Amino acid sequence: MYLLWKAPEVKIQRMSALTLVALAGTLALGACGSDNNTGTTGSNGSGSTGTAGGAASSADCPSGTVSAEGSSAQKAAIEEAISAYQDKCADATINYNATGSGAGIKQFIAKQADFAGSDSALKTAAGSDGKIEQAEADKACASPAWNLPMVTGPIAIAFNVKGVDKLILNADVAADIFNAKITTWNDPAIAKLNPGVTLPSEPIKVFFRSDESGTTENFTKYLKAAAPTKWTADPAKKWSGKGEGKEKSAGVSSAVKSTEGGVTYTEWSYAKDNQLGIAQIDSGAGAVELTGESAGKAVAAAKVTGTGNNLSLKLDYATKEAGAYPIVLVTYEIVCSKAADATKGKVIKGFLESFSGTDFQKSLTDMGYAPLPDEVQSKVATAVAALQ
Amino acid sequence: MSVTGVPVDLEPPSGQEPTEVPRGPGRLGDRLFGGSATLAGTIVIALVTLVGVFLLAQAIPAIAKDQVNFLWSREWNVDSEPLRFGVRDLLWATVVTSIIAMLLAVPVGVAVALFITEYAPRWLARPAAQLVDLLAAVPSIVYGLWGVATFTPFVGPLQNWLGSTLGWIPLFAPKYQSSLFVVGIVLAIMILPIVTALSREVFSQTPRTHKEAALALGATKWEMIRTAVLPYGQPGVISAAMLALGRALGETIAVTMILSALAPGSPWSWSLFNGGATFASLIANNAAEFDSPEKTGAYIAAGLVLFVLTFVVNAIARIVIERRKAFTE
Repeated sequence: MYLLWKAPEVKIQRMSALTLVALAGTLALGACGSDNNTGTTGSNGSGSTGTAGGAASSADCPSGTVSAEGSSAQKAAIEEAISAYQDKCADATINYNATGSGAGIKQFIAKQADFAGSDSALKTAAGSDGKIEQAEADKACASPAWNLPMVTGPIAIAFNVKGVDKLILNADVAADIFNAKITTWNDPAIAKLNPGVTLPSEPIKVFFRSDESGTTENFTKYLKAAAPTKWTADPAKKWSGKGEGKEKSAGVSSAVKSTEGGVTYTEWSYAKDNQLGIAQIDSGAGAVELTGESAGKAVAAAKVTGTGNNLSLKLDYATKEAGAYPIVLVTYEIVCSKAADATKGKVIKGFLESFSGTDFQKSLTDMGYAPLPDEVQSKVATAVAALQ
Repeated sequence: MSVTGVPVDLEPPSGQEPTEVPRGPGRLGDRLFGGSATLAGTIVIALVTLVGVFLLAQAIPAIAKDQVNFLWSREWNVDSEPLRFGVRDLLWATVVTSIIAMLLAVPVGVAVALFITEYAPRWLARPAAQLVDLLAAVPSIVYGLWGVATFTPFVGPLQNWLGSTLGWIPLFAPKYQSSLFVVGIVLAIMILPIVTALSREVFSQTPRTHKEAALALGATKWEMIRTAVLPYGQPGVISAAMLALGRALGETIAVTMILSALAPGSPWSWSLFNGGATFASLIANNAAEFDSPEKTGAYIAAGLVLFVLTFVVNAIARIVIERRKAFTE
């Protein structure tokens, strides 16, 4: 009796209000439990990183707004390129939406995006829906659609092994590791490649990308090409090896960072940012460290499979060239060779000229990308100049 | 419930109202309010129906092309033409994490609510209640980041210990660090404020007469709570638990960030320390690459199962609450 305070009449109303809110919450949850909006950040280049081109004549500066969509692997590079271009040409606006390569191509074919970014060139074989991407894109453009390689992103095999800073792997051993055939760090196969390195006996913990990604596709392309007997699964955006899945590059990188014995494949920039060990790759001509230059060599060795100015590349992942780091991902800008809208066409052309220019390409290394090698860069420049 | 708590002195003075106020649809304010309330209700119903129709319409073509049993298969292969996808693993991960969350959050939430309404001194009760409510305001991405960076390593030793001592029970077989178990605990923390807030409100509405009667009959404080407060609050607690369960089932970002996905073709395991993907986390993880209608349809089909699951859970809650009501009033 002494502790019975306060009549609760006021609370009745509060109670029902609360129930309503909670109810609305559940309904919303049930209705759309998946609205994970991946990166809709329109990059309008607000960060003004001043480039030397500030004084360029505004005569070559077109004005207009262009929207592009696609690969998230090139997000950082293209945002920087947009920012640099808009410093020079303030009237041109380019919005890049990093929704993923597949979405970019889809939007490009549906004429919703003015150009697309993609981890892979338009496919020339019929896909699962019986449609040929290249043909569909040509139709949407009413002119040939061109694949222009623009950014090369090396993929690092990043590891966290106590007391080991330098690790050399080759394709066969990497395939075995990512297939869980090799399960401890002091396995004889690894030790053989790393004489003089004390490897601990701890288990190898493999992390893979749980989301579908171009990084996974390119990494498995490498394994399949360079170690065909060890890696038999077909390359795909979805991981086909073993291990523990984490979300996106950030997820796998931080998982390796926090897990002793962890190993993953990830974009170079993530491995660098997380200060993870990066394996050197021995393709038969000695161990190659991952640098902008060594990755560029692998791109330079690629064959151009497109015709004319359509520059789809076929990377030779199994390359034995000395000093070439073979695990690279090339992202393309997919454009109409003749833009339907002349104003937009000018903006796209101007932007791509700046993006593919040697000055800008050189600055890519700081962001964890590799510049286009000279041979490829000059071809891209020719193609960009031929855009209408 | 609304009748029980009203003290007698709030009753309106008799003999005044019925003669003076004209009732019926004549007054504008009345019509406006009635109309807008009806409209709001209709919109909500229409919205839910449309969501259901949308999910069905998008899911059915994909399910029709599915080469394996949609409900029973563990495969998830939607990239190439013979679509092979099933939701067994997803259903397992979703249900297991939610059950762990409920097992932890409901008892703790009820205890916190009892502490706030019955035990805490007044100066403490209000701030404590507000602090718990504050947990609900933390965005789930923050829970995700915290779960990955801090909580998973923190629970690691406990998991390892459970794995090494009870590992012979399939449920505790050692697997990964970022497991269903960890996700279940994080979800429990996320739903705790829902359970606590709703339980607190119902407990505080226990009729004073009930409580006084119990005490007058010589009940101790705990006996009073057991015989008066808890039975009175039971439907409210059940409804709180069901709302919380709805949240746990549908939680997306935190789960996506924390839970380790399984490599394709991993063997089936009953272990709580296994990785996996819930419906919501699988969809969120792959939303960036929905590039063909069939593929999108497959994920939407998974969403449909989650929708139905949530619906069923809520329906069960309704039934339980309706039944209990009969005893309490």
